[in-house]
Formats: sequence, C-alpha cells, structure tokens
Amino acid sequence: MSSSIAKSSQPPIEIMRRPGRIQLTYWQGVRRRLSRDPISMVCAGILVLMIAAAIFAPWVAPMDPYKTSMLQRLQPIGTAGHLLGTDELGRDMLSRLIYGGRVSLLMGLLPIAIATLIGSAFGIVAGFFGGKTNMVIMRITDVFFAFPSVLLAVGLAGALGAGLVNCLVSLAVVFTRAITRVAESATTQIRNHDFVEAARATGASAPRIIVGHVLTNVSSLILTYASSLISVSIVLASGLSFLGLGIAPPTADWGLMLNSLRQSIFIAPVNAVMPGIMILIASVCFNLLSDGLRTAMEVKP
Amino acid sequence: MLWYTLRRVAYILPILVGVSIVCFSFVHLAPGDPMSAVMPEFASPELIAQIKQAYGFDKPLPIQYFRWLGAVLSGDFGMSTRTARPVWGELLPAILNTAQLAIAGVGISLVLGIGLGVLAAYTRRLATDRAITAFAILGVSLPPYWVGMVLVAIFAVTLGLLPAMGMGPSTSGGFGLEELRFLILPALTLAMIPTGIIARSVRATVMDVRKEEFIQTLYANGLSRRRIFLHVVKNTSRSVLAIMGLQVAQLLGGSILVETVFAWPGTGYLLNNAIATRDLPLLQGTILALAFFFVMMNFLVDLAQPFLDPRIKRQ
Repeated sequence: MSSSIAKSSQPPIEIMRRPGRIQLTYWQGVRRRLSRDPISMVCAGILVLMIAAAIFAPWVAPMDPYKTSMLQRLQPIGTAGHLLGTDELGRDMLSRLIYGGRVSLLMGLLPIAIATLIGSAFGIVAGFFGGKTNMVIMRITDVFFAFPSVLLAVGLAGALGAGLVNCLVSLAVVFTRAITRVAESATTQIRNHDFVEAARATGASAPRIIVGHVLTNVSSLILTYASSLISVSIVLASGLSFLGLGIAPPTADWGLMLNSLRQSIFIAPVNAVMPGIMILIASVCFNLLSDGLRTAMEVKP
Repeated sequence: MLWYTLRRVAYILPILVGVSIVCFSFVHLAPGDPMSAVMPEFASPELIAQIKQAYGFDKPLPIQYFRWLGAVLSGDFGMSTRTARPVWGELLPAILNTAQLAIAGVGISLVLGIGLGVLAAYTRRLATDRAITAFAILGVSLPPYWVGMVLVAIFAVTLGLLPAMGMGPSTSGGFGLEELRFLILPALTLAMIPTGIIARSVRATVMDVRKEEFIQTLYANGLSRRRIFLHVVKNTSRSVLAIMGLQVAQLLGGSILVETVFAWPGTGYLLNNAIATRDLPLLQGTILALAFFFVMMNFLVDLAQPFLDPRIKRQ
C-alpha cells in the first residue's frame, strides 16, 4: 500500500545516455542480428508469403478449391487454366494448396502456442518449488515421454475421435511434455542463483519472484525451444490428417490431400506428391528461422 | 552393478504403471462408452446393457482398470469390439511384421548414420560438414510418409523396379529374395530420418572425443592411428548408444505412418484399422504393446551404459 504511494510521488528518474553511442535494448539487438542473417530473412519472407496467401486465400486463389470437374481429373502441371494441374476430382491444385495452408499452418502453430503456455507454467512451478511438487509433475511428464511422439499423438487423436479440435488437443499434449521438461531444467538452474535468494530475503512473494526474476530469465530459452518445435508440429499434424484424424474432407489440407491423392499415384505421380512439397517448404523454413532466432537471441542449446 | 540395476528397475516400475493408466484411459477418453460406436442404432436398452456387461464396461472405472491390468498381465488384451476376437490374436502377427520392417530400417540407419558421421568427423571439410547438417535438417523436416510416396512414385511407378505396396506372396514374412524386394522401399523410408540425426550426433561426438587430452597423449606415445581409432570408438559408444535408443523408438513410432503408405500389415496398419472402425480395445492393446516395448528398450540401453562407461555406476 504505502510503497505504491511512495513510488508515484517520486519524480521519474532520467537515465543518462552515454553520448555518441546508441544503447540497444536486448530485443532491439535480437531484431538487428536477425535482420542481418540472410537465411533467416529468406525463410521469414517465404513464411510471411505462405501465411498471407492462406489468410487471404479467397482473393489470392485463382479458382474455387471445391469446384470439381469430372472431365479434367489429374491434369498435369501447366494445363491451361490450371497452373499446377488438378486433383483426383478435377479441382484446381494451386487453389487447394493455397487454401490448404489455412488448416495445415494453424494445426502446426496453435498446438505449440497452447503447449508453450501450459508447459512453461508446469515447468516453472516444478522447477521453482522443487521437492514433492517437482517430483509429481516430472514423473507425470516421464510417463508421457515413454511414448514416442507419433504414437502418443495418433493414440490420443484416435481415442478422442477424428476432428480438428481433437487433433489440436493431442498435438498440444505431445508438445507440452517437451516444453515442461525444458522449462523445469531452466528454472532449476535460475532458482539457485544469488539474485533469487536476495529477492527472497527481501521478502518478495513466490509469484513476484517467478514473474520478476524467473520468467525474464527462462523465457528466451523456452521461446527458442518452442520455435524449434513448430516444424515438428507441422509434420506431425499433417501426419494425423494423412491418417484421416484431422479435418474432414472436402476441406483442403495438405496432409488430407496427400491421403486422397495417394490412390492416384500410379496415374499421376507428380500431382500425388505435390502437397508434400508445401509441408516440406513450411517445415524447413520454420526450422532454419528458429536456428537463426536461437543464434540472434544468443541462447546456448 | 546390482545396485545400479535395482535403481533403474525402481525408476521404470512407476513409469510402466503410468503408461498402463494412460493406455487404459484411451478407451474412456471419448464421450459415451466404447460400445456406442459399434452398436446397432436401434438396439434395445436390454441388449446394450447385456453387451456392456459382457465386455465389463458396466463396472466403476477403478475396478475396470484393475481387472484390465490383471488380464493384461496374464496375456489377455481384451476383445476387439469390431470382430469380437481376442486383440492378442490380431496383435501378434502384426508385431512380427513390424519387427521385420523395423530391424531392416534400424540396420540401414545404423550402418549409414554411423558411417557417414565418422566419415564427416574425420574429413573436416566445410562442404562435408554443410552437407551432413543440411541432410539432418532435411531429415527432421520431411514427413516420413511423404518420402515413402515419393519413393513409390520414382521406383515403383516411373521406373517400375520395385513393388509399391504389400509384403509379397507370403504374408507371414520371411527373408527370401522376393520378400526382400517388398522390404526395400519401406525400410529405406523408415531409415531416412534417423540416419540424418544419427550421422549428425555421431559426427559431433567423435569430434569432441578427438579433442580430448588423452587422445593427444596417445598420439604422443606413438600409438598407431588404428589403435587410437579404437579408443575413440570406445569413448563415443556410450552417447551414440543413447541416441540410437531414442532414434530407434522414434523410428518405430514413425512406422505407423510408413506402414499405411506401403500397406504393410504391421502394427501401424492395425492401428489405422482400429481408428477407422473405432475399435478402441484394439487401439489400446496395440499402443500398450508398443509403449511397453519402448520403455523396455530404453531400460536395456540404460543397463548397457555401465559396460561402455564404468563411471556411470558411481553417480
């Protein structure tokens, strides 16, 4: 109570800048280092294009992705009117690939976002409080680590039943266990530092130490780790769609398109493997961008 | 050694219990009961109750869990809700088929991964280094099932060299010349991802060990290059084994998708059928068997570690 009054009555302290030298904050430095890395910038450019095309698909796509044509099935690349040919129902491939990014990219990104929130909460609590809390949380994490990721995702999604939400939930579970583990080990290391001990000695409460001291120190590690999982998530999500566990047809989705085009591989092998190239590009770009981010944020793996 | 073994056993027992709870819950995760998906639409309430009783789904959950666990421990994995046959009967041949595919895949990835990794560590050229790193990144980013489709498109459809799917004339397996042709594409697909990762870590480990002082000492003592290489191998084997254990587990998980592409009648194919028909006991049994296998494999890797590096026992 009294401290907040005292704080507001004080005049703000002017921080003197050293003359002739621009001081960068940490995040400004990260942005500068990242923007000077050509590989990261190319990847970021490709990803921005992909995401923008997916968001503005109705304006970008040349044709209706659901309009079938029995006469123009499995046309090769470069057919008049269909730049990338058509699929097994005569739908325009290019339009479907653009629309497919909507579900496919969402299924790659959203589980990571959810898992980062939940996983870091669990991990920081386990690392900060230690003892029994740590043991319970980490032993449960160990149980989930006993399943390889594909098996866990397929098992959960299969048990819950097909559908977009169920897929998101099972992917989020797969990535939560990994992020919990990373957050826990980072927090355990921070917890033993002197400044945390000092904060505790001045009477700061646990939530305050976590927000003010732990979170600021572990967040860059957790974020770079989470960003490295995005490409894994895109590949895994497409795998679930491929097994028919994701969104229902006729919605365009890269994994689902691969599944239905698989029957046509003997007639039009190039068309059949085309959606995989989109998955590969997105996944490689996220992978390289996350490598660049780790270098720019000066996080040691 | 005995103390170390006991500690590892004490560590995995609670994990096995946890794994069994997770697998048990698979049947009960979805809303409704496991029978609702396979019941006829107009079944009378009496019939529903009777069938639920026959499968044991009418008891409270904790009792169901212990009854299920007891049955599993005596080798009874329950009944498939689709075919009403024992799950184990369908599971066993599938496990054998998956094992055949996995052994081939693991063999390829170990030989290629370790070979490439050691080669890259000894030829310290930028180009080799870049190539291995690019291969590893590509390996992580590639959807395994898509690699399978591309290989089919190239070798089966365009070139017509190898069969596209199935296991060949004898569905029970075997390693004859004809069966081997069916094995090549799925095994290569399965091996591709672990190969990149194993190569990358072998290279890093070998380079680390070569920088250590005792290697310098061996050179100073005038040991032949071949003898020194044996020392390097012995000192890298521990971390290489740990990575291999993890990668083999991931490879088996990936086989779910690869088997679907190649219509290989293994556990992945079985799992796919179970999902398509919502046969939850079959799904549960398959995942339990696979998860148990992974836990045991990691356990064996842990047990093997002290033989390669006696320092672990003292930790």
